Amino acid sequence: MSRDVDRRTFVRAGVAVGVVGTGLLGTRVGAAESRAAFQAADVETALKALYGTAVVSETDQIEIRAPEIAENGAVVPVMVTITLPNPEDLAILGDRNRQPLALRCPLTPALGGELSTRIKLATTSNIVVVVKAGGKLYQAAREVKVTIGGWGG
Amino acid sequence: MTGSIKLQARLQAGSNIAALKALIQHPMETGFTKDRKTGEVIPEDYITTVTIKLNGTVVATQEWGAGVSKNPYLALQLKGCKAGDKIELAWADLKGDSDSAAVTVA
Repeated sequence: MSRDVDRRTFVRAGVAVGVVGTGLLGTRVGAAESRAAFQAADVETALKALYGTAVVSETDQIEIRAPEIAENGAVVPVMVTITLPNPEDLAILGDRNRQPLALRCPLTPALGGELSTRIKLATTSNIVVVVKAGGKLYQAAREVKVTIGGWGG
Repeated sequence: MTGSIKLQARLQAGSNIAALKALIQHPMETGFTKDRKTGEVIPEDYITTVTIKLNGTVVATQEWGAGVSKNPYLALQLKGCKAGDKIELAWADLKGDSDSAAVTVA
């Protein structure tokens, strides 16, 4: 009898933990996890830290506009247009930077599908844009030839 | 820090979408660059969070890393806006510095 009660309590505790955990993931990754993502040394580690997976599908519903040749890698303009349905989260990375993840933002309903920023690229490399939509990760990439690297070091 | 942000918000013709543009003065040091004179590594110092409010309510947040360029530029679209609405943008960096600015949607 008491063993059964213990089991129930245990199950309930488990459910509670599960609910709290899901709640956190549903809104945003905790600060510690996303700091780890920004310090990650490669794209895969950064994506795993942010989204728990690095499994991504290519899509043409993310358009990246960036110069073909950037003379100064310290300032590379990037414009992203997202036409994926139900977008949830966005990450912009430079795949050969010492810390690839540059920008990450939840795609709240208040946001339109266009975002522009300027990022640093260490060398000729790909700008990778990952969008989480409908619980899955999608990506597009665009190569930029960099004349003078702009990441420092 | 004050006065580090330039903001502009314009309604896109015939819509309730405002185009928000922000220019922020910040060194965005990666922590991997050396000072050319002293040869010492310049400590990392970059903006980590950007928060955007529409009429006092947070509508968007961003997290930035060292990969965002010095003196960052950001442009995005905010839905559900009308002329006269107040948009506020605030940033905070690794060192604990922060700033905010507001603009009226035109």
